[in-house]
This record gives sequence, structure tokens and C-alpha cells, in this order.
Amino acid sequence: MSTALGTRRRRLGESAARPDGVPKVRGEFAFSSDLFSEGMLWGHIVRSPHPAAAIRGIDVSEALRIPGVRAVLTSDDVPGRKTYGLDYPDQPVFAWDVVRYMGEPVAAVAAVHPETARRAAAAIIVDYAPTEPLTDPVAAADAEPIHPLGNVLHRQRVRTGDPDAAGTVVVEGRYETGMQDQAQMGPESGLAIPAEDGGVDLYIATQWLHIDQEQMAACLALPLEKVRLHLAGVGGSFGAREDLSMQVQICLLALRTGRPVKMVYSREESFLGHVHRHPAVMWYRHHADAGGRLVKVEARIILDGGAYLSTSTAVTMNAACMAPGPYRVPNAVVEAVAVRTNNPPCGAMRGFGAVQVCFAYEAQMDKLAAALGLDPVELRLRNALKPGDSLITGQVLRGTAPVAEVIRTCVAAPLPAGVPMTTAELELPGGAGRTADRDRVRRGVGFAVGIKNLLYGGGFDDYSSARCRLEDGVATITCAAVEVGQGFVTLAQQIARDVLGGVDVVLAPPGTTDIGSAGSTSASRQTWMSGGAVQAACLAVRDRLLKSVSSRHGVPQETLDIVDGRVVSLDGQVDIPISEAARGDVLEETVDFHHAPTAELDVDGQGDAFVSFAFAAHRAVVDVDLDLGLVRVLEIATSQDVGRVLNPVQLVGQLEGGIAQGVGLAVMEEIVLDHGRVRNPSFTDYVIPTALDMPPVHIAALIEEPEPGSPMGAKGAGEPPMVSSTAAVVAAIRAATGLELPRAPVRPQDIALAGSGPGPVAGSGPITQEVSP
Amino acid sequence: MGADIVGELIDYQLRVNGHEHDVAEAWLGENLLYVLRERLGLPGSKNACEQGECGSCSVLMDGKLVCSCMVLAASAVGADIVTVEGLSAGENELSDVQAAFLAEGGVQCGFCTPGFVVSVHDLLEHNPDPTELEVREAVSGNLCRCTGYGRILAAVRAAQETRQE
Ligand code: FES
Ligand code: FES
Repeated sequence: MSTALGTRRRRLGESAARPDGVPKVRGEFAFSSDLFSEGMLWGHIVRSPHPAAAIRGIDVSEALRIPGVRAVLTSDDVPGRKTYGLDYPDQPVFAWDVVRYMGEPVAAVAAVHPETARRAAAAIIVDYAPTEPLTDPVAAADAEPIHPLGNVLHRQRVRTGDPDAAGTVVVEGRYETGMQDQAQMGPESGLAIPAEDGGVDLYIATQWLHIDQEQMAACLALPLEKVRLHLAGVGGSFGAREDLSMQVQICLLALRTGRPVKMVYSREESFLGHVHRHPAVMWYRHHADAGGRLVKVEARIILDGGAYLSTSTAVTMNAACMAPGPYRVPNAVVEAVAVRTNNPPCGAMRGFGAVQVCFAYEAQMDKLAAALGLDPVELRLRNALKPGDSLITGQVLRGTAPVAEVIRTCVAAPLPAGVPMTTAELELPGGAGRTADRDRVRRGVGFAVGIKNLLYGGGFDDYSSARCRLEDGVATITCAAVEVGQGFVTLAQQIARDVLGGVDVVLAPPGTTDIGSAGSTSASRQTWMSGGAVQAACLAVRDRLLKSVSSRHGVPQETLDIVDGRVVSLDGQVDIPISEAARGDVLEETVDFHHAPTAELDVDGQGDAFVSFAFAAHRAVVDVDLDLGLVRVLEIATSQDVGRVLNPVQLVGQLEGGIAQGVGLAVMEEIVLDHGRVRNPSFTDYVIPTALDMPPVHIAALIEEPEPGSPMGAKGAGEPPMVSSTAAVVAAIRAATGLELPRAPVRPQDIALAGSGPGPVAGSGPITQEVSP
Repeated sequence: MGADIVGELIDYQLRVNGHEHDVAEAWLGENLLYVLRERLGLPGSKNACEQGECGSCSVLMDGKLVCSCMVLAASAVGADIVTVEGLSAGENELSDVQAAFLAEGGVQCGFCTPGFVVSVHDLLEHNPDPTELEVREAVSGNLCRCTGYGRILAAVRAAQETRQE
């Protein structure tokens, strides 16, 4: 059975089809690992097996003798700066003298066949003298420095109000979140092709082409224009591609051999070769008055940054500023510190510092509600931020902030039915054959709400450039915004069609050669920033087109419109196709789009550091096998503050996908470390939710209050689903078990071995409900 | 380059999507996924793990769903292999499952998509009217990190309904 191709050309607000959808379902879309070039070699990176060691020597002679090996490179072969980094270049391209984490690159090989390259890599003899790794983030700040720049990567204090203020009810806790991996399906991969001008063309899956280019040029000792990046198909990213992976090494191999070089990480190498979500240890103390109004929040947050800086500065800033959650807090004493350890480097992952603190502050809100004898939802409503309120950074919320609305609509969703005794085994915790005793399955319901800042802030101007070129009735959009799967390409077409009256829209391939930076595909920013740039460029072209028609036909410009590819006037006098209206002229406009400026935080963490915020609420329903500690998440209900819906199907996809990663962090996902060694770098051992683990998502409400300052009124929607879903699931498990569970992910042993027989007691979730027989 | 590869090199033929393909001077240790992608110009099957855990490399071998990364290519001689590239009737056509993935929003980054499309074809071939639980179980060997599976399940339902009509 077959269906012919063809899609309706939908505008903003409708579920337009992805322009890359047809090649993707046919298997014809070229991902970065699908590339081929005549005569290409295969690259392979040699990585440290030790989390901490001195390098006494590297012997590559054996590797070079293997037939088919064309180059072996080490740090001595890096012609420019030997380190790189997004904020500060503290991370070696290849380690020399010392390795600081398991998986750190030490050498690279190019050979005619991937197996030859692997064998050559194995033949390189690195003489390591292992040292005692520093792996405890709590002890790291005061420990012997493991890097010349010290062990404190960033410290962010936020203080407001009276530090001595006290409430009548005080609750405290220590919380932890584990190291989560982005586990994007497309492995890191690329193809580097040496050019005749001595430069290099790199086809790569990344999140921000121009920032890669800058970092690479410094290491390769080449001028920017000789380091040309072209976006290859990206198989997901979620933060994993924010830092450089193989970019410098693969280009060095290509430049050295004069041959194209392809490199594809294995899954194990992907786990070792990109940054993870910072694990966090968080101490919290909440003060409230008897009426349940927050008086003060104290928090101390330690984030394990691993061996190198990456984006730890911004993650720390987010964690500190979002520490109390979406609540009004008059007094706060917060300190967040990211430390350097010999654990794997941590950096960007969806939610970026906001996820960890949400897990802690929402557990605290449940504790506080219990201490006050208040309904947890009611407690949240009493303290919910609203427009005009201030954050603990002193920033006044000038945009929309429908916190109470997301809470109310989410809890109003109907609860799923109880599980009958006849339920298929697959639908019980643990799946077929795992649940021992149906009578020992308990249901719990948990609730959480979160806040996420959108776009870059802290004084950084993360602009985006876009060009619109209208020629023969076809609009070509050029923008370096990276499509990682989120659907920017769809929106770019929708936006251009909206502004230019349904013209045909072609998207030029993103790269560094034709257009300026679009900034990163992260921080929920591309719809706002690059969407804004595309819209502005199209508006500029539209204006020129209508101006010229107006003067030629003697009709006022305000009476002209573009409808279905034709320029028409209100009075019907003008009605000509766009291609004719432009009279053969090519209309081209390039626009840099900037958001409202932000400020750096001062020493007390005060300042207008953020552009905008989005909020979401999640309610989780779980069944827990008390004896085996297995959890099945039955349903997640959610409401989200989205500003405006631009593409309903894509929006739902962001919510469901983000929630899946939140469920993963709640009950299964964690990089397991043993003295700095990664114990589970595979999908066999690092488990992510499958279709059997992932519950249906019930979208209770999408709150559409157009955000002032956002070009289309929309708020980025990718991160909020990840922020509070983990907290909601763990709250539900607490409700089912009565256990404190201060750590995510919740492991089976945390429940089953929790000591004196947990029972079905009313926990911290709003509702506790037993399995109905 | 043949002589430079470590290990034994062999020549053989594979039947993929109805066509015979020559594989010349290939290292014996290559898996079917590698040969499809790197030697036969069929990169539609993906390589998210190469450990049999993700299903992105799913193909049909003599009508059976397999992870091509777990099959030694040289052992597939004589088998009828169907990859994602062989599922639609022609250049400008989509299979019903492919069309449903598009229409329902089952595609984000798309890296898992070819594997899902192949395994859903296999499911509906053997069980034209699966329950939701049967669908979830059938595709539980395919990992997707982007969608949370909601739109993928909607796509399977849509394809199933089209076939019922
Ligand atoms: S690549 Fe074959 S199962 Fe993952
Ligand atoms: S769409 Fe990206 S992994 Fe499924």
C-alpha cells in the first residue's frame, strides 16, 4: 500500500509538515554518519582508560607499522592552541602530561578501514602512571587542585532580603540528582575534507556552527575563513553537541593526510566523549509563616562539573537563580558551586541547571505542605509567581507568568482508572514476569511545577542572522540555525509563508560560509531568535516588494497584501503573481535579530540577567512494587506556558519527548561511576525509556498568553517538559511508598531495601490511592 | 586499499531490495549494517548502537525482523534482505507506514525512524490489528530519544486504521 507525496502548505498555528520529513521516513536523509567521499579514510580517537593519570610517554611506532594506517597524531601535532572550550579553553584537544577523566582523548588515527583504525588505536602504547582520582564533588573545592585553574569552576551567590529572616515552620533536606546522559540516537560523526587553499571543509552534526568554527580555527591555527563548517544531518542533541567532540581531531587528520576523513563514534565512545548533565548535591531549608507563605529559602548547591569547564558557569548561574522555583520568596541565601573532579565533564543538557534544583525545591514544597498540614497544591498556589513579582535576583517578571494557571489546569485533569487484577503482566511494574505479588503494588500520585529561563542571558548577546531572498516567486531562507529534530525547519517555512503570503519557501543548507551566526540550538531559543530573524528578513523583503508595487501602480502600500502567492490590493485593482510584481528583480534582505539586553549578575546575584521564563506543571501517576522496588509510570498530565502555539503537532512532540527524558531521570537513567570510571557506557546498561516504559502524556492545557518581546508571541517549549517531570514522578513514588527518596533516579534498591517495611501511607503527593482490586 | 585491511578479505553477493549486489574484497568481520551503509550505498539503516539494543538498524531478512548490526554480512548470502529503502513502491511514493509517521508527527530528528518504519511494517504484516499494548511491545526494541513515542504510537494506529479500511 502506498501513498503519493504531497503536503498542504500550512501557515503558523497549523501542523505544517516537516520539509525533511519525506527523506527521513524513506531513509534518504543524510545524517552526519551517512556521509561518503571518494578515497576517504576512517578516523579513530584513542581515549584514556584512567580517570586520573600522568602520561609518561606515548609510543605510536607499532601503530604506524600497521598496513593501511595513514596518520597517528598526538598533542605535539596540534599546530595552534592545544586546548578548547566554550567559555574558556581549559580542555586539551589531546591530553599531554596528564589525563583528568576516563575517555579523555590522547591520540588519533586515520586508516583505510574502520577496523584497521581501531586496531591501530589499540596498538598505541600510552605509558600511564595512574593517580588517585578526585571524585567526591563535595570535597573537591578544598582538595588539591587537579588543574592549574583550580577546582572551583564557578561560584554563584544569590542573596536578597534579610538573611536572618525566619519562618514559623521550617523544613530542610539534602537532595541528590545523578549524572544523566543525553543519549541522542545519532552518534557523534563527521566528514572532514581538506581543501586546496590549505583549509578544511567539515560536515558535522553540531548545535552551533559558528562557535565550533571559532574554537577550531584557534586549535588548527587557521584563519576563520579556512575553517568551513557545513551542517550534516543531526540525530538529536539535547546538549550533547554543544561542546566540540571530534571537530579538531578529524580536521587535523584530514589536513595531515590530505585525504577526506570520516569518523563515527561507537555508542560507548559517545557516552565517554560528550558532556553529561551535572550531578547535584543540594541542601535546602525553607521557612514559611503559619499561613503557608514562603519567608526565606536557603540553599547550597554543589554541581559536579567533571574534569573541564564546558558550560558549568551558566549551569551554575541557572541553578542558583532558579533555586526557589516559581515562587515568591522575599528572603534568600543561595550559593551554587560547580567543582572540578576527575569524573566525566558535565555541561549542557536539556533543562540546564533548572532540572536539578526543581527536584529539590519541589520535594521541599511537599515537605513544607506536610509540616503545615496544607494541601501541597494549595501551598504552591499561595506562593506562585505572577507578573510583577520579583525573582530572588531582583528581576521583576515583566512578561507572562501563568504559574497558577498551569498548576490549576494540570491538577484538574481526570485521574486514570485503577488497575484491575486482570491487568496484563506487561502493564505491571517491571513488566512481564517481574512483579511478584499484585497485592504489594501501590499507586501514588505526585505533582510538581517548574521554571525555566529562556534564551541566553547574563549580558550575553546571542543574536541570530537570517537572509530572505525572493526570486522568481520563490523565497530562499538562509540561516545557520541548526535543526536537531525540534522542527525549526518547519517553523522557518511557516514563518516565511505567513509573511510572504504563501510563497514557495526553500531553505538553504546551514553553514558558516554564507551567513553569520544563528547562535546555539539550545536554551529553548531558536524559535524566538532565529524565528525572529527569519520573520524580520521576510518582512523587510515584503516591505520592498509592496513599496515598489505601490509606486508603480499608484496604490497606497497599506492597501496591498500578499495572498496565495499574489500581490493584491484591497480594491481589487492590483492582482498579480509575486514573480511578476518583482519584475525580475531579486529582493534580498539580511537581518540580525537581537533580544532585549540582559545584565550580568552582581556579587549578590542581583540583576536582570534573563530575557524570559516559561513554566510547566506535571502530575505523575505511578504503580510501585514495594517488594521489588519496581516502578511503572502510568500517566503524566501536564500544562505548559507556551506563549503561542505555532505548530500543534511539533509542540506536542516537544512535550512528550521532554517528559520521556524526565521519566528516565526519575526512575532509570544514570551514568554509574566507580572511582571516576564509567561503568555503563552502552544502551544495555544505561537504560532509557522504551515504548513500554513511557506512559501516555495527557496535555491538560497549553496556556497561550503571547509573550511580549517574543517575535511571534511563542515561548521556547523544549525544556520546561524536562524540568518538573522528574520531580513529579519521584513525588508520586514517595506518595506510593511513604519513603523520603531524596535522590533521583530512584533505584529499585532505594525502595525495596529501604529498611523497616515501607507501607502505603499518605506521602507527600497530593493524593494517595491504592490499587483497586 | 584492499591489501591494507587487517584480516581476511572475501567476495560475495547479497540480495537487497530485490537486487543482487557484489561485495568485493570485504573484511570478513564486517556486519550487515556496515556493508549496507558503507559498501552498497544504502545508509537508510542507522547505527545508533551497533550492539543490538536500539533497533535503528532494523531490516527484514527472509521476512524476519533482525538488527542488521548483529548479523555477519557474509552470513547473509542467499537471504532476501529488505531495508527501509525497499519499502515504498517507488521514487515518489511512501508506504502507508511512512506516510503515517509523517502525518502524525512521528518524526523529529529521524534517526530512529527507518528502524521504526521497518519494524512497524513487520508488526502489521504479522498482526494487522494489534492492541496498543501489543504495539508498545512490538516496538520496544526500537529506541527513540526525541518523541517520547506518543506520536509514533499515533502513527502506528493511523497506519493500522488505513489498512482496516
Ligand atoms: S545499531 Fe543495531 S541495534 Fe542499535
Ligand atoms: S526522532 Fe530522534 S530518535 Fe526518534
